Amino acid sequence: MTETAAVPAENHDSHEDHAHAHPHVVPVRTYILVFLALMFGTAITVGASYVDFGHSYLNNIVALAIAFSKAALVVLFFMHVKYSSKLTQLAVGSGFAFLVILFFFVFADYLTRGWLGTPGS
Amino acid sequence: MSSTHHPAFVHHFENLGEQKEAATFGMWVFIAQEILFFGGLFGAYAVYRNLHPDAFYYGSHHLNIPLGAFNTAVLICSSLTMALGVHAAALGKRTQIVGWLLATVFLGSVFLGIKVVEYKEKFDHHLVPGTSFDASQLHMESIEDPALLAKSQKAAQIYYSLYFAMTGLHALHMIIGIPIILWIAARAWLGQFGPEYHSPVEITGLYWHFVDIVWIFLFPLLYLIPKPH
Repeated sequence: MTETAAVPAENHDSHEDHAHAHPHVVPVRTYILVFLALMFGTAITVGASYVDFGHSYLNNIVALAIAFSKAALVVLFFMHVKYSSKLTQLAVGSGFAFLVILFFFVFADYLTRGWLGTPGS
Repeated sequence: MSSTHHPAFVHHFENLGEQKEAATFGMWVFIAQEILFFGGLFGAYAVYRNLHPDAFYYGSHHLNIPLGAFNTAVLICSSLTMALGVHAAALGKRTQIVGWLLATVFLGSVFLGIKVVEYKEKFDHHLVPGTSFDASQLHMESIEDPALLAKSQKAAQIYYSLYFAMTGLHALHMIIGIPIILWIAARAWLGQFGPEYHSPVEITGLYWHFVDIVWIFLFPLLYLIPKPH
């Protein structure tokens, strides 16, 4: 990109800053707390699976809610996304956004097939 | 400044900070692809479980919940050791990086070893999809409707196909991850990483944590299926 080469020192400085800013070193304490939360989440996932919430879909919702919370902790702290650049966060978000699109269209088809009768039968 | 004189610096980047940013971004693009790769299997799982809830419930009952839960804990421990390895790299503590990475490899191997025990159990009980699949192992007798019973016994093979495909693909990711971590540990031992440059440790960590996340979903979805009602 010839244009960037022409941009004066201003831009250069910000790059230097970036190189130096010792990437946020997360304290060990944070990792330990996240680890304990993940272990706790695993324990309550198993525990909740033995509880009858009245409807099996409620069990599914509880299990998935815990799983998503655990995944969020791993992504934000172990994978440092909380401290990452906006560009990285965008890449992370787009990965999950496309997963939502995939699931939306799969379910829009499969979960609704029985809703309308087939003409002629 | 000095960051452009580091031996690991590649000259098409402005500086090491930009180089690190590109590595992290590239890894996340790869992980986004991985999310969709596994997402297809999770989608298939959702569709078939919705079609055959009883087959999935009775099929899952033959899985060993204590072993599955223990393996979940092992994998979470391995994510912690990996995170501490990356932390040590950011501080430039050479022997600590190697130690944490080797601990991660050890825990990953424990996970795979337990998976082998679980797989063997399925082979022994004829629960591997195919001509010798034996649905009588799944004790579905309590299904009263004979048509639903026959349908569920057949569909149990779909549950086990997904079980092996999903846990197998997950295990394959770990089998690929372990030698990569060993390679990174060797490079750490040679003193190639420090506060200025440790992206290889960091993005290997991203991969390992992603594999952990997949298991966080696989465990409840495959092992802890509630009785449909």
